[in-house]
Amino acid sequence: MSPKLVVIGNGMAAGRVLEHLTDDAPEAYQITVFGAEPRVNYNRILLSPVLSGEKTFDEIVTHDDAWYAARSIDLLKGKEIVAIDRAAKTVQAKDGSVTPYDKLLVATGSLPFIVPVPGKDLPGVVAYRDLDDVNTMLAAAQHGGSAVVVGGGLLGLEAAAGLKMRGMDVTVLHLMPTLMERQLDPAAGHLLKKAMEARGIRVITKANTHAIVGDGKVEAVRLDDGTEIPADIVVMAVGIRPNSGLAKAAGLEVGRGLKVDDHMVTSDPDVLAVGECAEHRGQCYGLVAPLFEMAKVVAAQLNGDTSAAYTGSVTSTKLKVTGVDLFSAGDFAEGEDREEIVLRDAARGIYKRLVLQDDRIIGAVMYGETADGGWFLDLLRKATCIADMRDTLIFGQGYVGGAALDPMAAVAALPDEAEICGCNGVCKGKITSTITAKGLTTLDGVRAHTKASASCGSCTGLVEQLMSLTLGDQFNRAAVQPMCACTELGHDDVRRLIIAKDLKTIPAVMQELEWKTSCGCAKCRPALNYYLLAAWPGEYVDDNQSRFINERVHANIQKDGTYSVVPRMWGGITNPRELRAIADVADKFAIPTVKVTGGQRIDLLGVKKQDLPAVWADLNAAGMVSGHAYGKALRTVKTCVGTDWCRFGTQDSTGLGIRIEKFMWGSWTPAKVKMAVSGCPRNCAEATCKDVGVICVDSGYDIHFAGAAGLDIKGTEVLTHVDTEDEALAVIVALTQLYREQARYLERIYKWTKRVGIESIRAAVVDDLERRQALFDRFVYSQKFAQVDPWAERVAGAEAHEFRPMAHFEPREAAE
Amino acid sequence: MTAYTPHDWIDVGAVEDVPLRGARVVHTASGDIAVFRTGEGKIFALRDRCPHKNGPLSQGIVHDDGVTCPLHNWVIDLATGQARGADVGCTGVIPVRAERGRIHLGVAALAGRVA
Ligand SMILES: Cc1cc2nc3c(=O)[nH]c(=O)nc-3n(C[C@H](O)[C@H](O)[C@H](O)COP(=O)(O)OP(=O)(O)OC[C@H]3O[C@@H](n4cnc5c(N)ncnc54)[C@H](O)[C@@H]3O)c2cc1C
Ligand code: SF4
Ligand code: SF4
Ligand code: FES
Repeated sequence: MSPKLVVIGNGMAAGRVLEHLTDDAPEAYQITVFGAEPRVNYNRILLSPVLSGEKTFDEIVTHDDAWYAARSIDLLKGKEIVAIDRAAKTVQAKDGSVTPYDKLLVATGSLPFIVPVPGKDLPGVVAYRDLDDVNTMLAAAQHGGSAVVVGGGLLGLEAAAGLKMRGMDVTVLHLMPTLMERQLDPAAGHLLKKAMEARGIRVITKANTHAIVGDGKVEAVRLDDGTEIPADIVVMAVGIRPNSGLAKAAGLEVGRGLKVDDHMVTSDPDVLAVGECAEHRGQCYGLVAPLFEMAKVVAAQLNGDTSAAYTGSVTSTKLKVTGVDLFSAGDFAEGEDREEIVLRDAARGIYKRLVLQDDRIIGAVMYGETADGGWFLDLLRKATCIADMRDTLIFGQGYVGGAALDPMAAVAALPDEAEICGCNGVCKGKITSTITAKGLTTLDGVRAHTKASASCGSCTGLVEQLMSLTLGDQFNRAAVQPMCACTELGHDDVRRLIIAKDLKTIPAVMQELEWKTSCGCAKCRPALNYYLLAAWPGEYVDDNQSRFINERVHANIQKDGTYSVVPRMWGGITNPRELRAIADVADKFAIPTVKVTGGQRIDLLGVKKQDLPAVWADLNAAGMVSGHAYGKALRTVKTCVGTDWCRFGTQDSTGLGIRIEKFMWGSWTPAKVKMAVSGCPRNCAEATCKDVGVICVDSGYDIHFAGAAGLDIKGTEVLTHVDTEDEALAVIVALTQLYREQARYLERIYKWTKRVGIESIRAAVVDDLERRQALFDRFVYSQKFAQVDPWAERVAGAEAHEFRPMAHFEPREAAE
Repeated sequence: MTAYTPHDWIDVGAVEDVPLRGARVVHTASGDIAVFRTGEGKIFALRDRCPHKNGPLSQGIVHDDGVTCPLHNWVIDLATGQARGADVGCTGVIPVRAERGRIHLGVAALAGRVA
């Protein structure tokens, strides 16, 4: 039996140790991990993008359940350890269970510091440390309202920016005269304050919190000077302290943190520690780069390499607020023997400062332009003598030795040992050699194999440059296709940001997402209109001018500028009255062509634009409504006659088709949606080349989807089998809603399916009943606003200007 | 015959009659004219015929100072009538001015003589 390793805490440090250990020595230990949080391991430093909505929680998970299973690690989620018995070599969990160990690793991280003011325990006061905190903040942000963030450091500002993006009114209180004073000097702190204020965040410096007031829950924050700031939520982000209480109670040697030697071993040779809970050479760290270095040493030690040693880290900081570039590293207190080089470019909002001692960089602050951060950090760590390049040093690496290098050449010029990824301590040589050795061609591949840019992500650009240097044409950086020439963003980003930033009009999207054109183009405007409509049903006011002409006038434009009109025929069933009305309309308006369509209905072609409302009025009078033959919407549900007439019919295919069509008509979709229901596998309704098709069988209904019979030809995929008509409708509606929420504009269902994978769709609408129901409910809600006959509205006078010329001039000459 | 000078203008309607980022049609003896109003409120007028295959430009999507033809997506510049990008072609520009909330077209255009 291999020895037992117990890990207390399942955070970033523990996660990294487990990766190294199970990669290098998969069989060495039987591993049990206790995590107080009720979830798998995730990248804590990306909580801010989750808060702001720029990422989902799933996107920041580093190790999912399958990962632990594959490595035979026993992960006990939501199980807090309350005692360590070093004599018995056991740990005890809150639920009383006792687990023995041979080696114990303490990785309990830090505890957020809560300012001890009256009211600190009121509901609505949160720290910013884990996903639960983020969820509490998000719940508060749902109702808008105001937030106060106590603490203007890295965490506080990230929290403030996130809450602001979620639509709250945000005030940051900071005790010191300038922001992030530990990392930034006053000038850079001032620029940062201005940048936060430009985002609509109020910043009050020299603000001493006196009390948090409220009756039963937070209502306001009172400052020493008596000012009261209303607050529905208060976020405390004033600092952290190592979480070493458990270790102290077990009699381990504890200073500020749990003391470890260079081998990461505590005062008990069988107990090691890693991460923010540890104190090494009198230092406790609060960033990931040091703990990743520690994790390597811990894994090596556990694996029997007793020489592995950690000797401390030089750390650097980057603020992860989208649009604010800030980097700082080292020490920049003023001193007798210290000199400074400062570059200010107020117009471009750039500030850089280097602190030198004995011709060596000991501190660097950069604001507004941080590309050279890694280079400065490298010079600082290696204590490189900079005397020779002193004159141009501040302009960055590109200027050393003459003219400015383009960014690519600058990266090419970096030495192999230059650090690219600060979080994970990955140098250039490691990245380029791994790309070549493993034949990597994607960013994800490089992240998986080297960890470079896998943590905070701010070096992604550099890593991509290295990839193009190494791979040449093989590397296609622009993996994300921009929506159109008006933006750099792809469709998915835009959809996500519309929701994350609560954008509710096309101008707001263009403003916030920095559109390059003044009012978009014919590609992006219809897409944005759809995305907004899908995101905010009942709230968003459709922008007619951003709709393609067919959807603007609810008819199809033809090559000569006339229109075609297709009334709905539910499930392809009609009757003499409807047919007579159609015939009468064709006569009355001299409509040149009457044609039966492929979707089992009748098309009237060649209608003059000004006649449209009158044509619709007559069709409406006979009970017919718009067929949406012109729309990115549900077109038809084609059916066969099923059990009504056919001797082979197994179910009421016509009835189901009509039911689906009546339920779903009017809904806007990313691209057109065509459906069909066949009464038996002979499939007379051709259901297996539709966006959604149903094949009735004796035992129920086979639901197909993702077929195509247009530019591409493709048979459908089988989504699932259901027993009842009700269930068939539920699945089809949920599928359509998922498509409405996920697909890119103009992306047909088969293309969307290919992109996201059949499995993910099946998981959402077949396996996960709760999710199916939620999708169904959202569809039903949006239908409340969509199921209005656009023809009837126009017959009643809506958009009348569309159908009338502005003026009409007879030739005057003729009149005279 | 009436002698029109290039400075004769005819009132065709109110500025508000044309939706922002939209267009309206004026029928004339010599063919339709499309009157555009951009997002910024600028007024333009063109022959309502796309230089590609005569698509009705008045039915297109109006963006910045251009319109995308509804038939095959050519983009026509409202100020010059020229196709933008790789496409080549030009449609007639009609003299137009907006005064005291009214839109005026150059009379010669209405009479069939394109300016
Ligand atoms: C919002 C945010 C943004 C950040 N941004 C950055 C950044 O940009 N760059 C950077 O370098 N660093 C950043 N950090 C800091 C970084 O996240 C930490 O340095 C890192 O997570 C520390 O790792 P750790 O494993 O020591 O502790 P943690 O990741 O906190 O893990 C400790 C885990 O142990 C669990 N635990 C504690 N006690 C027990 C117990 N008794 N029993 C069982 N489980 C227990 C806790 O629940 C927790 O899950 C950020 C932190 C936060 C909160
Ligand atoms: S699909 Fe089957 S039930 Fe429907 S018409 Fe054809 S043979 Fe009959
Ligand atoms: S197949 Fe082509 S030509 Fe025929 S109606 Fe469709 S788009 Fe027009
Ligand atoms: S007719 Fe205008 S683009 Fe073809």
